Amino acid sequence: MSKTTSSSSQSRTQILNKLSATLARGKDKDAREKAVQSRLKRHKRNLVPERANLDADGQIALFRAQAEAVSASVAEVMNRDNVPEAITAHLRDHNLPARIRHGADEKLTQLPWDKAPTLERATGPATGDDVVSLSQAFAGVAETGTLILTSGPANPTTLNFLPENHIVVIDAADIDGAYEDAWDRIRKAHGGGKMPRTVNMISGPSRTADVEQTIQLGAHGPRSLHIIIVRNG
Amino acid sequence: MDITSPAFKSNVKRAIGDKQLQRAMGNVKVGFVKKRAAARENLPEFDQLRDQARDIKNHTLEHLDLYYEIYEKKVEATGGSVHWAATAKDARDIILEICQAHGARTVTKGKSMIAEEIALNEHLEAAGITPVETDLGEYIIQLRNEPPSHIIGPAIHLNRDQVEASFRAAHTHLPDDRSLEEVSELVDEARQVLRQKYIDADVGITGANYLVAETGTSIIVTNEGNGDLTQSLPKVHIVCTSLEKLVPTLEDVSTILRVLARSATGQEFSTYTTLSTGARRKGDPDGPEEYHVVILDNGRSDMLGTEFQDMLRCIRCGACMNHCPVYHSVGGHAYGWVYPGPMGAVLTPSLIGIDQAGHLPNASTFCGRCEAVCPMRIPLPKMMRHWREREFERHLTPRTVRTSLSLWAFLARRPALYHLAASTFIRALKLLAFGRSRLKSAPFAGGWTKYRDLPMPSGRSFQESWRAGGDE
Repeated sequence: MSKTTSSSSQSRTQILNKLSATLARGKDKDAREKAVQSRLKRHKRNLVPERANLDADGQIALFRAQAEAVSASVAEVMNRDNVPEAITAHLRDHNLPARIRHGADEKLTQLPWDKAPTLERATGPATGDDVVSLSQAFAGVAETGTLILTSGPANPTTLNFLPENHIVVIDAADIDGAYEDAWDRIRKAHGGGKMPRTVNMISGPSRTADVEQTIQLGAHGPRSLHIIIVRNG
Repeated sequence: MDITSPAFKSNVKRAIGDKQLQRAMGNVKVGFVKKRAAARENLPEFDQLRDQARDIKNHTLEHLDLYYEIYEKKVEATGGSVHWAATAKDARDIILEICQAHGARTVTKGKSMIAEEIALNEHLEAAGITPVETDLGEYIIQLRNEPPSHIIGPAIHLNRDQVEASFRAAHTHLPDDRSLEEVSELVDEARQVLRQKYIDADVGITGANYLVAETGTSIIVTNEGNGDLTQSLPKVHIVCTSLEKLVPTLEDVSTILRVLARSATGQEFSTYTTLSTGARRKGDPDGPEEYHVVILDNGRSDMLGTEFQDMLRCIRCGACMNHCPVYHSVGGHAYGWVYPGPMGAVLTPSLIGIDQAGHLPNASTFCGRCEAVCPMRIPLPKMMRHWREREFERHLTPRTVRTSLSLWAFLARRPALYHLAASTFIRALKLLAFGRSRLKSAPFAGGWTKYRDLPMPSGRSFQESWRAGGDE
């Protein structure tokens, strides 16, 4: 055992004992434990703002408006088949190279890439040289136009941050009203109490206001965020 | 970092005379206040969410021991390690040992007030490890060898031209004739300089805004994306956090997140909210292979069960200082340590002692704006009063103040004598004024008249005027 491991273990005992001595004094032990267990088990929603209490179309419209309000650009296509062309159009319109990198997510690999013959694609985590990355969103949250991206074998997290331009595909059916809806989706996909290594909630491109409170896009993460909503994903 | 809180008074004098600082503070008074007000206006449920956020933290603090047992098991089940640090030194040693175990030469750092609190950079540097701050504001003040002056805008005390000068001095590999007139050019330059550092770093250190017991998750909330690059590119991710950051569930953290950005920058939601749980999973193509969470106590557990427990609800949004007339006037450095403004005036004495930080709870006009805007409804003025009481009880207050207070208390308990003394005093002042309406100097009031004139009373006390019909 290293020196700091033993000091950590001493600190642990000291801190937790002090907490219990203060907090449990004169309290019913079972009642305290029950309060904690039941809160975790029920994970009850607190007040959820009315703003996103809309039908599916309303939520998609709100998601779009909120994402645009934080400087993301948004395109809508009818089917997944339209995605490659939407990507090439975006790259062309913004003078970006026709070269992207994405993860091994089947939703992306199985797109009809032959519709974008000039586009070069690479897969895997980001390198310092990638200019444009492409991700598939796990979900979207209408209340603040927030994308939810989860890490996994097919979804490298570095693609969300290292390249200068980030394109994210989201199925309209994956757009929810509130953050709480996204947590329920994650519980369904991964099991209760379990999370992927990284969950990124992304609202617009990177920014800073650290110099004279002037908002400047493109601090360290992507300078641009383009969202493609697939209506019949 | 050196603590200069005991020199608060001379710090203040310097700050008020500092033209650059005063210019920079002008941005704070206007920007943050307007943006928060607009964000609040935009969400009708905002104040109800504040109530719930307060209740969530109160519940958590009352059950903190139990939630931590669960949190710790969750972290370990996902391949992470939890380290406990009773003191700042313990935390520094733990982090250094992890870095050394990986032969780290450089570490990148996301913004962390706990890292500031434990003075981590100095400790790493002394051991030959180079810490690189990656948040733009933190990067700027690291170049200038200054402490942060605001908990969310560390370089808020600086103006563009000062940042330009620091960049020109530090980035000597770039051409001298490059333009840095625009804020965008400064941001671009920092981006280019830091890019390779993220990739080369051996260890990435971030703070945590929250820990979630339900899932064993740590959360960072940022706008720049630097925290994410810091924690996803190196092999090791160390989270440097403190005891009060825990909340029970994802639902609970959602409620608090809804009030955080709105209170802090006036954004509806920060650009990046990142939830990290354990180490890289089997098959993951990126992410850290090791995940360590260092939980610092450093006096916080002593606040539980005392009149300062409510302070542990603080989510470090900065709204209290953004709305504080004292902070607006003197900036963050005058407070002399890591946490400035009203939250610092309450927290600092708990962490470094009232004997060192006694001036801070006195630096208040008790206007109450801090409590009015606090998303966690922390009664900051009340707690500053508690500190004043403790300071008095421990005889830390200067003798002249104590004597005057005793005299006042003696009179205040004897109304007849009080009225006699007050009306005599007022008449004496009136005589002293020789008909002038303001005095440039007066006996025993040098502290006042040195900076401003003393306005003269009318010659009668309020009660006398009232009895006379109140027509004056």
